[in-house]
Parts: sequence; structure tokens; C-alpha cells
Amino acid sequence: MKLKANIATSENGFIFNPATGDSFTSNGIAAEILTYMKAGESEAEIKQKILDRYEVELCQLERDWDDYMLQLKEANLLDL
Amino acid sequence: MSVSPHLNQTKTLTIAVTGLNANDNPGPGLGVIRALRDGFGENLRIIGLAYETLEPAIYLSDQVDKTYRIPYPTAGVEALKERLQQIQEVEHIDVLIPNFDAELFNFIKLEKELLNMGIRTFLPTHQQLADRDKVNLQAFGNKHGLEVPASETILAVSELDQMADKLGFPLVIKGKFYEATIVQHISEAYKAFYKLQAKWGLPIIVQQFIKGTEINIAGLADGEGNTLSVIPMRKMYITEKGKAWAGITIADDKLINLAKAFAKASQWKGGFELEIMRDEKDRLYIMEVNPRFPAWIYLSAAAGQNQPRMLVDLALGNQVKELTAYTAGKMFVRYAWDNIIDVAEFQKLSAFGEL
Repeated sequence: MKLKANIATSENGFIFNPATGDSFTSNGIAAEILTYMKAGESEAEIKQKILDRYEVELCQLERDWDDYMLQLKEANLLDL
Repeated sequence: MSVSPHLNQTKTLTIAVTGLNANDNPGPGLGVIRALRDGFGENLRIIGLAYETLEPAIYLSDQVDKTYRIPYPTAGVEALKERLQQIQEVEHIDVLIPNFDAELFNFIKLEKELLNMGIRTFLPTHQQLADRDKVNLQAFGNKHGLEVPASETILAVSELDQMADKLGFPLVIKGKFYEATIVQHISEAYKAFYKLQAKWGLPIIVQQFIKGTEINIAGLADGEGNTLSVIPMRKMYITEKGKAWAGITIADDKLINLAKAFAKASQWKGGFELEIMRDEKDRLYIMEVNPRFPAWIYLSAAAGQNQPRMLVDLALGNQVKELTAYTAGKMFVRYAWDNIIDVAEFQKLSAFGEL
């Protein structure tokens, strides 16, 4: 899963798609994941960072990850 | 980059502008003036040309230096010419920018005579004006391979039933010059027909409804098939009258290319606005082509392409190069403001036709 190259994100979780004018707000952890994605890190690398940094079970992370990616896809923010 | 010798002009540039009705169905005049003030700075004199005494921008003295009333388009070309001659003797207007669809026919008709008076314009031809008319838009789209919604022009309310069967509901019922109503049922269609007929006359346009995202494009073309500026804007807040009250510039090559295709197909000369609907399958429908700048035109200047200033340069015969870079994510949020004036000002304009 790769974020579209033109998507603008900010540290506070604001996401802007300049091609459509859509904007979104996200919570802290979602903003952190976006920052990693923008930096070009792989899905496995990002998941490992989250596991290292937060108290979360792998199965829970996987479920939340799938849910978040679905939201990004529906928001037309992913390069498919 | 546009090139103008007027940036450091010593002579005052005098520009006349119509469309001062900055109300809930706003004319482009105030946005045009604001962009011109940004683009030319000092030594700019703005002459407002108004049809009615309560066009709000008349009373914005920091934007409009002097206003004259002019006759309604229905008074004809001669009446307009006579009035402009009177004004020109006093004001020495360099460039005139008309901003109403309904007045354009007369101004185009007077183009050469205006030039003889020393007033330059940069307007489309009568043929171009007719081709993009709501009545002819479908034929124009078909001819040039541009996607437009199916539409029919009708002259009698009795034709509505047939149109409803053909196009289905919802339907868009449109006035000849302005306004459109989305209707869900034949009784609503009848009501909309009579209302628009009373206001704008016949014909009435019945158009297929397209569901999607509303996007407008402001453009400027040189009359030789080239666009010099294109700024797409997505509507963020839409009023009951369907007007953008807030919007944001977006970066999308498909939209830019569509504007270029329109300018090339029509050989458009001057400012224009494309009203676009993007449907779920990412198809871009041209809903309307407005033969002038839109009311939100100041956003073009804010985003980095000052189209009104570029148009003035074109009218003056200055070299104007195509601009391609602009800022995506630049927003406008319109607001209402109660401007306080003395009745004496209103009285002066009402009694003497100038303020």
C-alpha cells in the first residue's frame, strides 16, 4: 500500500488531496503511520515500529491496519 | 509570465467593469476589480458600469472610483453606445470588461465602435457566444467530442412530459440566461418552467441530471486556440442557488486538458468559465460554459495566475505568455458584509445616473 505521491500530510494529522480538494483529519497514530508511508517505508517496517512503540497485540494491529487501509482506499488516497 | 509595461505605469490606466452585483447570485465585477488592483497597483482608476442602483460594489469606494448607470441590454445597442460615448468624454476609458452574459451581445456588436472611441476590449465573437449557449451546448459537445449532458430546448410547458419520459427524473430545468432547478416530479418541473419563463423568458432548457462533484474552471484564451491560464476550483460550500460560497483550487491535468480542448475547439477569445460535473466513473461533463470570468475569479490571482490582469494586457496588445504554475489548495470563503452608506449617495446615483 502506497500513499499517492501528491497527497499532502501534516504532523497534526491533516491530509489534503490536491487533485480532488478533499481534506481529512486523522488521530495521532494514523498521522504517524501516514508519516512513515510518506517516507516510503514498507508495510512490514511500519507495523514493526508500531509494535515496538505501543502496547498492542499483532492480531489487533492487523485488524486495525486493514481497516485503516480500507479507509485510505475509499478516500482515494492510495496509489493502487 | 505575463508582460506588461503598466506595472510601473505613470499614466493612470482606466478600466471600466460591469457586474457589480456582489449579492447572493454574484456578478464577477468585484472579483475582477480586486484582481486588477492586485495586478496593476496604483495609477489604476476603476469605472463601475451599473444597471441598478443597489448593486453592492457601487458603494465600495476603495474598489470602485466612479460609477455610471448604463441602459439595460434590452434598450439596444444604440442606447448603450450613446451612454458609453458620454462616459468616455469624461473618463477616457482604456479597457472595458463586460461581466454579464446578457449584455455581451451588445458589447461585441459595439467592439469596433468602442475601439474608435479609444476603448479596448477582449471579447469572444457572436458565433462563439452562440455556440456555447445552453441551447446549443449539446451540439457543440457532440461536434467536438466533449462530454455534455443530454438536453433539449423547449418552448411550451406541454413538452415537459415528453422530456421527462425521454430523460427521466431527476431533471434539471434551466433558464435561458441564468438559474437552474433540479426537479424530482413532473409537477415540480411545471412550476420551475413557469418560474424561469417569467424571469428569463423562453426557451427553457431541460437537461439530464448528472450526479457528482461540482468543479468549475476559470480560463483565459487568446482567440487562436490557445489557453493562457486555467484554474480549476472545487466547490466546497454551495448556496441554495447553486453558487460556490467557498471553494478550493485543485491540481488535475484532466481538468486542465479539458479547458484546453474547449478553447481549441471553440477558438475562444477572452475569459470563460466551464461548469463541470465529475461523476462516479471520473467522467467530466461540461454542464455550462459561461462566456466571461466567474464571480470567484479573484481566486485565480490568489493562486498565482491573475487572469483579469492578463486579459487587460491582451486588450492593450501587450505580449502575454501562457501561465501553467499555480497553487493547489488555495481557498476562498465568501462573506456577507453590511456596508453603511448615506442616502445622499444612493440619491445621487438614482437622480443623476452617476456616483
